[in-house]
Amino acid sequence: MNKQTPLFTWHRSHGAKITPFAGWDMPLQYHTGPIQEHHLVRRSAGVFDISHMGRIRFSGAAARDVLQSVLTANIASIEHGMSAYSLMCRDDGTIIDDVFVYRWHDEYVAVVNAANHDRDLAWFHGHAGNNELVIHDETRATAGIALQGPLAASLLELISTSDVSSLPRFGCAVIAVNDTEMLAGRTGYTGEDGFELFPPADTAETVWDRLFEVSAEQGVDFGPCGLAARDSLRFEAGFHLYGHELDDTTGPVEARLAWACALGTEFVGRNAIESQMNNGVPRRLCTFVMTDPAVPRQGYAVLDSEGNTIGTVTSGMRAPSVDVYAGNAFVSREFARTGTEIVIDVRGRRKVARVVKRPLYTPRYRV
Amino acid sequence: MKFDDTVRYVKSHEWARKDGDEITVGISDYAQDSLGDVVFVELPEIGVTFTQGTAFGVVESVKAASDIYAPIDGEVVAVNDALNDNPAAVNEDAFGDGWLIKLKAADPSQYDALMNVDDYKTYSEGLDE
Repeated sequence: MNKQTPLFTWHRSHGAKITPFAGWDMPLQYHTGPIQEHHLVRRSAGVFDISHMGRIRFSGAAARDVLQSVLTANIASIEHGMSAYSLMCRDDGTIIDDVFVYRWHDEYVAVVNAANHDRDLAWFHGHAGNNELVIHDETRATAGIALQGPLAASLLELISTSDVSSLPRFGCAVIAVNDTEMLAGRTGYTGEDGFELFPPADTAETVWDRLFEVSAEQGVDFGPCGLAARDSLRFEAGFHLYGHELDDTTGPVEARLAWACALGTEFVGRNAIESQMNNGVPRRLCTFVMTDPAVPRQGYAVLDSEGNTIGTVTSGMRAPSVDVYAGNAFVSREFARTGTEIVIDVRGRRKVARVVKRPLYTPRYRV
Repeated sequence: MKFDDTVRYVKSHEWARKDGDEITVGISDYAQDSLGDVVFVELPEIGVTFTQGTAFGVVESVKAASDIYAPIDGEVVAVNDALNDNPAAVNEDAFGDGWLIKLKAADPSQYDALMNVDDYKTYSEGLDE
């Protein structure tokens, strides 16, 4: 029996195709389909139920130091009202999960992947020691709502009493919607401006409904978006997805995530990562665009021009905004350079592709 | 859901429309709805022959790649090249602009034995239960 989010009934009654995902019943898409949902987020605004993602709160005097010891980012440098992307690694540098850490006063909330939630929680507890630290799993007590798109801020402004538009990218704050307080971050996984809201579970549907009400009042093009659109949006923007670009055998250097590792701090996996940086790694993540039209998919072999296997595809699709067939792959490092011609084995047929500069779509907030 | 009553169907959800000894082939509205947004269609060359029930191409949606099967024996006499630029036509107009290939029927009696619209409707509704 899969878990259901506080918005499950809403999804069901609004035409969602439901799919099992990491132990949850989640909306894959709604009536208009994932491609229209994707374009809606790039053009206007859309909303995603991300309640399946784990939310773990850390409080107590040792919260910062314990997080610093298990996460790769410089946790001490995250100011009150800010957030950061981080990895969590084993001693050998392989990645347990990638997480987002929000700081509000002296408390931290880590948002983790649904598939890794249980083992992340165990890992945190296992490294807490006898420190003054409370680890509270808030996944079921709260919901996660990602409001994304260029008009996201103007919509949130209308339902919140807080000045959300003044939050910087990666900023966070406790805001009020309908007199209910919730953590909100100016963060997201789409390559657009947007917010992620973490309201109490029993208020999730009210927040969700309010977004539909104000967008209708303002005549803003707005709608719900499912996991399929979330995947194409993150793919174009160059964001990794655990289970695809990241897994138990992958390290930060080969995944091009060394930037998320603060080697000036002490954390589990630090020495292994430093040695990979100094000595190099045999394979690298690259993004490629199909020269021969075809849809690359996870698990397809990557070949050189002579037919030798040089890597594996981790994600691939028709990228809706850049309008190309494209994918990510781990390849032997000599093939990972921009401009290199590679071949994708698409169900037994050899299709030519070319390594391109990442990301395919530059997030709007970076332009 | 549309069920075109001018075509015949097979259990793998392709439809066949008869025009003399030429049979136009596509996938049903039920099939495109189950697949979701179509992003790529791979079709055969003109002149290739297929026997009933063998895969003649692939329809790829956001979700997955699905083989498409010849509803009858025949030689490919036309392919819908417009789908290269607009694979979404399979979603938007499964029985019209979203057609896939035309086959020259080797044995016209095969067409007559395919499911009619009522049988196909009953069959596909049964799959959802």
